[in-house]
Order: sequence, then structure tokens, then C-alpha cells
Amino acid sequence: MVTLSDLPDQSRAERTPPTPLELKLRRRNRINAFVRYSLLILVGFIMIYPLLWLVGAAFKTNSEIFSSAWFWPARPTLDGFREGWETSTPYNFGHFFLNSMYIVIPKVIGTAISCTLVAYGFARFEFPGKKILFSILIATLLLPDVVTRIPQYLLFRELGWLDTYLPLFVPSWVAGDAFFVFMVIQFLRAIPREMEEAARVDGANTAQTLIFIVVPILMPAIISVCLFQFMWTMNDFLGPLIYISSVEKYPVSIALKLSIDATEAFNWNAILSMTVLALIPSLVVFFLAQKSFIEGISTGGVKG
Amino acid sequence: MAELQLKSLEKKYGNGFKAVHGIDLKVKEGEFMVLVGPSGCAKSTTLRMIAGLETITGGEVRIGENVVNDLVPGKRGIAMVFQNYALYPHMKVRRNLSFGLKLKRQPKEQIESATSDVSGILEIDELLERLPKQLSGGQAQRVALGRALIKQPEVFLFDEPLSNLDAKLRASMRVRITDLHKRLRDEGRPATVVYVTHDQVEAMTMGDRICVMKDGHIMQVADPRTLYDRPANAFVGGFIGMPEMNLVPAVLTRDAGLRLTAGGQTVEVPEGLAHRLNVEDGAVTLGIRPQHMSLVDAGSPGAFDAEVVNVEFMGHEINVHARLGEAVLVAVVQTTDLTRRIARGDLIGLRPYAARIHLFDADTGENVSLAKDH
Ligand SMILES: Nc1ncnc2c1ncn2[C@@H]1O[C@H](COP(=O)(O)OP(=O)(O)O)[C@@H](O)[C@H]1O
Ligand SMILES: [Mg+2]
Repeated sequence: MVTLSDLPDQSRAERTPPTPLELKLRRRNRINAFVRYSLLILVGFIMIYPLLWLVGAAFKTNSEIFSSAWFWPARPTLDGFREGWETSTPYNFGHFFLNSMYIVIPKVIGTAISCTLVAYGFARFEFPGKKILFSILIATLLLPDVVTRIPQYLLFRELGWLDTYLPLFVPSWVAGDAFFVFMVIQFLRAIPREMEEAARVDGANTAQTLIFIVVPILMPAIISVCLFQFMWTMNDFLGPLIYISSVEKYPVSIALKLSIDATEAFNWNAILSMTVLALIPSLVVFFLAQKSFIEGISTGGVKG
Repeated sequence: MAELQLKSLEKKYGNGFKAVHGIDLKVKEGEFMVLVGPSGCAKSTTLRMIAGLETITGGEVRIGENVVNDLVPGKRGIAMVFQNYALYPHMKVRRNLSFGLKLKRQPKEQIESATSDVSGILEIDELLERLPKQLSGGQAQRVALGRALIKQPEVFLFDEPLSNLDAKLRASMRVRITDLHKRLRDEGRPATVVYVTHDQVEAMTMGDRICVMKDGHIMQVADPRTLYDRPANAFVGGFIGMPEMNLVPAVLTRDAGLRLTAGGQTVEVPEGLAHRLNVEDGAVTLGIRPQHMSLVDAGSPGAFDAEVVNVEFMGHEINVHARLGEAVLVAVVQTTDLTRRIARGDLIGLRPYAARIHLFDADTGENVSLAKDH
């Protein structure tokens, strides 16, 4: 990257002194920039304030939470975290975190694998019925979630999967998330086939082509799929609420709600502390993924 | 190394479009065969059928003794170089080169020595640890060439490998590829090559033989010299040569001697042409290359009178565009041969070299001026 300041600076003496008009324009530019940035900072602050407040409130005492709208705690305390971590159940909050992981990890891995396979099939191969199958796939994308809730519940009940994590992640193992399949297909369509053809000429079979060539090139797309799936699953409330009935198996999203139900006078600082903790995995994953996301973006296979 | 043979090879695409109409072609062991033709004439389709990247819907492809129709690309003993290089973007150059050998589970030392051999030949040693995106177009194409070379295939396939390079680089890569072909031949492991291009300069300079294609048919297969001197039909005549061969509708009559009428003017057919003709008379297309006419005064015997409509000054020569009836003829005249200034509106005479005139059948386009005994 060459920035303006890298360009050879003509010696200042050589330059003619700025005319009054130039000076005026420069001043106006500076004022414009000042106004622009002030406005952006203000709006940005307003948008992020609830989050700041949340983090601040987690360190406040219960009484202070309702006495001040300012986010900075007057007397910071870790009481909220201590109480929240213990919870009102026999299990501590770490237990619920683990439960969430039992759902999230198989779901994310299953999604990445199955969506890549299915998208590869649709994007690169001709087979009988392809058009119809693809239409069905897109149709499920348009189907509202609620429509399938009850039939799915009945199905999983017949299978004896109630109060297990299976209904929460098994559908993803068979590319149940049409949106992700669609996303990967679109990405694949933009990648020229020559690289895969070169691999086949090099002697790779279909599976080897997929693993050694397609998957690495697809990485940015696969990482975004994992990222979205991770965050959506972490935040999923309705799914576990429907299928999980024993407290022992609750994931974080339900456990947070639990602490509101169970106690009469809510310990808001405990709830907010745990909410902050619950945010951390998503944030960490997001920032980790963002790096490879940017690095990975399809690298120059084609260049003039 | 082996010979390659196409036998009434056909391709009909899924949408019903017939791209290749039963072509026959034999590429000898160690031969550099160029497939050339205008865009859309099915050069790539043909090459991809040889490679196994496109299904064969009729006829057969033979490499050496084997019919390879049903073999996957990796088992055909071919290597291919693509127009846009198709390097694996996530692998360093070294792995790009060795990927095929690794899949074949060749021993490590062997892969390493092959890699250093090839990178030495193509002068890409410096680039081995780079990613494709860190290469220039020319470097990327050399790596792509290396990836083909390292496999020591029976047949090399190239699909317009130089089209993405600028003119200067293209010229040097042309030489590099032909040198490489000669070098392999001298080392006793001749490479059979099928090289696709739409560029006649590449075709003429690189090919041992050239196969000219049009709309999924082969128009002529011959060495560059024959292709230029004895085009089998008007299409080949017009396609090969710069500027294009002049093709003018004409009529051959035979009452008081053999005469040729074009653009309303009749000239006596010179002896140099008459004895080569395979036709008695009738409608023909007169084909004459711009370089094969001399500029004479209007009204000279054996010359067509034409009105100059444009003059392009090229330095060592000029291109004279002159109207003959409906057609505009182009003549290339050496600047040193010019005795006077030529300007738009002048009436000049253009006299074709008798030995260089071609007559093509007006309907089929077939060359009817190739003496059978020649
Ligand atoms: N997958 C395809 N389906 C249908 N027609 C195709 C397909 N690929 C190429 N064609 C057609 O086949 C003809 C030959 O194409 P191609 O071999 O790419 O030509 P060339 O390489 O000589 O420019 C063209 O008319 C093209 O439109
Ligand atoms: Mg092509």
C-alpha cells in the first residue's frame, strides 16, 4: 500500500504558498471532518451504551443498578459473579456452559461438514432430479420456523429423543440448515472450476479434490458458517426450551432464565454478571474467526 | 511418450448443442500439434475430451495403444496447462508442483529431485516458497508449466496458455515452450503436445503441424508452410496470414482461352495458374494474399485496375486498400519498391503473382487450384 504520505515530498520551498481560496477550502474541510466524526462518535456511543451498561452493571450492587443510569459502578464488586456462578440450582454456572458446548460443538462441526458436502454436490455435479431437489432446498429456506416445530416435536418424541440434545444438533448433521447450504453454494459458484479440473488431471479423485482443493478455497465461507451457527446456537432459547426438560441438562440460554424464575426478589446483578459471561464465548469466537476470515478471502488463482 | 489419435470424435452437450462433428486426427509421438481456429470452434471442447474433463459422446480417443474414453483424467497419462493457470491458491509453488506426485505416493526424495529439476529448467527456483498470489502472470504460467512437466506425461495439453500475458511476455513464453519441446526431444524423451490457440502467430511459430478448425469440423491439418502456401479451402486461406488473404468472387470462363472476371474486369489467366486448375470454368472465389500482388500502372496487362480508398503507412511497407467492384483489396507494398506517392483516389493496377493465386470453389470453398501432382 502506498499512502499519500509515502509519496516523495516535494521540498516545501518549491511549492507556491497556498492562496486564500486554498486556505479557506482547507479550513472548511477540517470543520466538515470534525462535525462528521463527532456525529459518528455520538451515534456509536448511543448504540453501544446498553452493552456498556450491562458490563458495568454486572459489577454493581443490586441497589445501585436501579439508582443510576450511568454505566460506571460507584463501588465495584464481584458479588454478582459469585452469586450468579453458584446459581439457585445444585449446579454451578460452569455446568450450564458445558451443556451449551455439548450442543454447540457437534452442531457446528456437523453443519460445516454436511453443508460443504451438499453444496459441493449441487454446485459441481449434474444428477437426475437436481433441479427439483434444489427447489425444495430453497423452499425450506422460505418456510417459517414455527410451521415445522410441532411436526418435528412429534417426530422426535416418536424417536424417544425428548430431553436429550439430539433434536438440537442431529438435523444439522444432515444439512438441515438450508441457509448455510445456500451460502456455500453461492460462494462455490464464484470459484472457477479450473483448479478442481487441474486437481483431477493431477490424479485426485472426487473426495481428494474436495478435501485438498475445494475445502481450503472455501475456508472463508466455511468459517462464516461456523461463526453464525455458533452464535445462533449459543443464543437459541426456543429449541432447548421445547426439548430439554431436566435442569441438569439446561444450556446457558435457559439457565439464565431459570435464575429469574426461581428467586422471588431477583438478584439482578447476578443475572447480569452471568449474561456478561454468556457473551464471552461468542465474542471470542467472533474475533478469532474474523482474522482468518479476512486472511482467507479467495486468493489469486486468477490473475491477468 | 505416445501418439494420440482421435477417431470420429463427437461432442453433443447436454443442451443438445453439437459442438464437435466427428473429427479424425492423429498426433504423432513427439509432435507439437496446434489446434487453431476462431473463438467458439470447439478447440477447448476437443482438448477437454482428450483430457477427460468432458464426456465423449461419440468416437474414441486413443493414447498410445489404449482407448481412454472411460478413464478418469488422472489415469490418462496427460498433463494440462490452463489459460488462467489454475494454480492451487492455498498452496506454495513447491506444493503446487508436487501435488500430483504426492497423490501418486511417490517417495519423498524422488519428488524433491523432480521438483528441483523442473524448477531449474523453468527458472522458478526462487519462487518455490511463494503463494500463487505473489506471482506475476508470467511466473504463474511458468509454474503451471512446471506442474505439467513434473508429471512426465504421455501427452501435454495446453489451452490458450499465453492469452492472459502481455504481448512481449507472450513472445518470450512462446520461445520458451518450443525450446522446451526441442530440449525434451533432444534428451530422448520427446513430448507429444496438443496446443490450443486462437492466435495464428502462435500456431505458425510453434506447431510442427497445425490443425485448423471451424464450427466443430477440421478444415485442414498440415505443417505451417503447406498451410500458408496450399490452403485446402477459402477458410484456411483467410484465417492464416496477416493481413488476411483477399477473397473476391470471380468467374472463370473458357472460350478464347482461359479468363478470369472479377469486379467487372477480365484478365487472362496466367500460365502459372492455368496448369494447376482442377476445374474447367464457373463461379469461383479468387484468393490472393496482400503480399502477393505487385503495384503497376492502371491498364497493365494481367492486372486488375482498382481505386485507392486508403493507405496505411507502416514504415517498411504500406498497406494499400483499393476498390475492385464491390470488394476492397488489400495489397502490401514494400516502401522501397514504390516509385511514386500513392494517395486516396488514385487509380492503380494490382497484378497478382501467377504462382500465388488461389481459386476456391464458390460453393464449397474448396481450393481448386492445387495441382494434383504437386
Ligand atoms: N457446457 C456447454 N454446454 C453447451 N454448449 C457449450 C458448453 N461449452 C461450450 N459450449 C459451446 O460449444 C462451442 C465450442 O466451445 P469451445 O470448445 O469452448 O470453443 P473454443 O475453445 O474453440 O473457443 C461453443 O459454441 C460453445 O458455446
Ligand atoms: Mg477455448
